[in-house]
Amino acid sequence: MRVYLEIGKRAFQRELVYRTKNLAGLFTNACFGYLRAVPLLAAFEARGDIAGYNLQDALTWNWTVQALIMVVGLWGGWEVADTIRSGDVVSDLSKPFSFLGFWLARDYGRAIYYLLFRALPVVLIGQLLFGLRWPHHAITWAALAVSLALAVSIGFAFRFMLNLAAFWTTDARGVGGLGLIASTFLSGFLIPLAFFPDWLRPVVQALPFAGIVQTPADVFLERVTGWALMGALGQQALWAALLLGAAQGLVVIATRRVVVQGG
Amino acid sequence: MTAGTPDAGHGGPLGRPAPGPAGGPAVYVQDLCKSFRVFRHRPGALGAVRSLVDRSSHEVRAVDGVSFTIQRGEMVGCVGPNGAGKSTTIKMLTGILHPSAGRVEVLGLSPQRRRKEVARHIGVVFGQRTQLWWDLPLIESLDLLRYVYRVPEATFERNLATFRQLLDLDLFLSTPVRQLSLGQRMRGDLAAALLHDPEILYLDEPTIGLDVVAKHRIRDFLRRINRERGVTVLLTTHDMADVEQLCSRLLIIDQGKVLYDGGLAEIRDRLGRERTLVVDLAEDGGALEGPLSVPHACEVRADGPRRWLRFSRDDTTAADLITAVASRYRLRDLTIEEPEIEAIVRRIYEAGLDSSSPAGSQGSTIE
Ligand SMILES: Nc1ncnc2c1ncn2[C@@H]1O[C@H](COP(=O)(O)OP(=O)(O)OP(=O)(O)O)[C@@H](O)[C@H]1O
Ligand SMILES: [Mg+2]
Repeated sequence: MRVYLEIGKRAFQRELVYRTKNLAGLFTNACFGYLRAVPLLAAFEARGDIAGYNLQDALTWNWTVQALIMVVGLWGGWEVADTIRSGDVVSDLSKPFSFLGFWLARDYGRAIYYLLFRALPVVLIGQLLFGLRWPHHAITWAALAVSLALAVSIGFAFRFMLNLAAFWTTDARGVGGLGLIASTFLSGFLIPLAFFPDWLRPVVQALPFAGIVQTPADVFLERVTGWALMGALGQQALWAALLLGAAQGLVVIATRRVVVQGG
Repeated sequence: MTAGTPDAGHGGPLGRPAPGPAGGPAVYVQDLCKSFRVFRHRPGALGAVRSLVDRSSHEVRAVDGVSFTIQRGEMVGCVGPNGAGKSTTIKMLTGILHPSAGRVEVLGLSPQRRRKEVARHIGVVFGQRTQLWWDLPLIESLDLLRYVYRVPEATFERNLATFRQLLDLDLFLSTPVRQLSLGQRMRGDLAAALLHDPEILYLDEPTIGLDVVAKHRIRDFLRRINRERGVTVLLTTHDMADVEQLCSRLLIIDQGKVLYDGGLAEIRDRLGRERTLVVDLAEDGGALEGPLSVPHACEVRADGPRRWLRFSRDDTTAADLITAVASRYRLRDLTIEEPEIEAIVRRIYEAGLDSSSPAGSQGSTIE
């Protein structure tokens, strides 16, 4: 286990090197957080509450999803595919650790960095500009930590599988890009899943993508509490386990017929 | 094949790696084959999806029936033209690639089936890549390996101290890897491959792109870890000087097949029957115009008073030739150039083993 801890630590350190890149990203998130808040203000002005969200809930949701983009890696990250493509993957595969574990550990290191240096500032900016809804119960923070940890796992497993496509095709980004469009829409990033039409809502809420953005946002907004909270976390845990299991299966298949590029 | 040194390097000042998980030779390869299916590439996202569905392809036989055995403690050089199958073979020896056919055993284990276990006993350097964390100081990558291989702290500290000295790492230990020169990075990669005391070290082009001094230093280092630690080394290279200076055994691979497996001295003896006598004529010796004329030798090059005379062992001896030249011309100095291994190997690449061998001997491939 220690090795994965050390790997995660280095992934965290590695992000520290790119502090300026993070500043630029932070600025972008803040701008989009602001730009997307404007139509929300107009919509709630005109219609009142929507699907159980009041204006402050909606604004909080808006800034939460901005904060989470990088933490859960919503828009990808193609490092795994890049190492497969370049052939650098050979050194990771010739190590006595789990290939999946190696990248999962790296992703947690990365996620913790973005939680501290991206998500936190973004939410604080949102608070300064609009005033957000903060949890009323202390337990919510603990639940949020669990939910975020699971969200990172789900996001990782999904992205990791898209990356593994590089073992079969030279254009994993092309295939993966389609997958990311789906996850952007179905995760509750574009609009809260509660806003989906009645016939579609149960489906999207049952999909793993809901666990990447919508569930942590719901936990933070205390829209799920008590048994509903346990259920939401349980569903996240189930999807995380299933997807990580599937990813591991894919690793076994991929490395069995692996085509490592380059001399 | 040459006898090798099955039990080389007991102890040594640097200590000896832990014995491998099982007995037997370091590496055993039998009728190894690897074919790749090469698919048509279609550009763009939709093209990529189509490529997944419609998989028209053809087959490349990268490794085509290779067999050899490497005893513990040996240092074997593997050469062959581009695309010969050297890297592919090494990847199968590490367990990364699964063979299409044939057998691989490393320390008596299948590196594919027992990947993690075998990985603990081998070190790998791919000269064109790095296992180091690009953005972090070198020491961070090295330090991580302690946990990756669960190296006891004392062993780790001792090994690190040794490599810091032998590879002169101190200067750039805390420099981010992306800022290192190629030679520095290679030294870092070598240290990284050896910190866990592997029994076997695979090196795929460890001297690629390095200057003379850097090459020299890396060869020195490899010689030491082979002699003093008894590490079995298999290296591939395009620089015959690597093989000449390090290896007693040479493996020539071309088009996925072993063309030659045997001693370096032997191949020189068998194929390098032509040598060159270089003479410096005395200035007042006259006859400075036109090529020298001596029986059983022909002048292949002239540079003022210096002349190069090529002769074959089959026609004359060096002693007779020198006598013959000295009786006709006044000489100031002379030397004999041994056949260059580089030239021999080039001829083998170009014409195959049999046609380049005047004796027409059989290729001494494997047992
Ligand atoms: N991933 C791959 N997909 C398809 N063909 C491959 C792949 N890897 C290697 N090959 C083919 O297999 C053959 C052997 O390649 P390999 O890299 O083993 O050669 P090499 O001896 O290491 O050459 P070099 O000296 O240039 O490094 C080549 O024809 C190469 O094109
Ligand atoms: Mg190669």
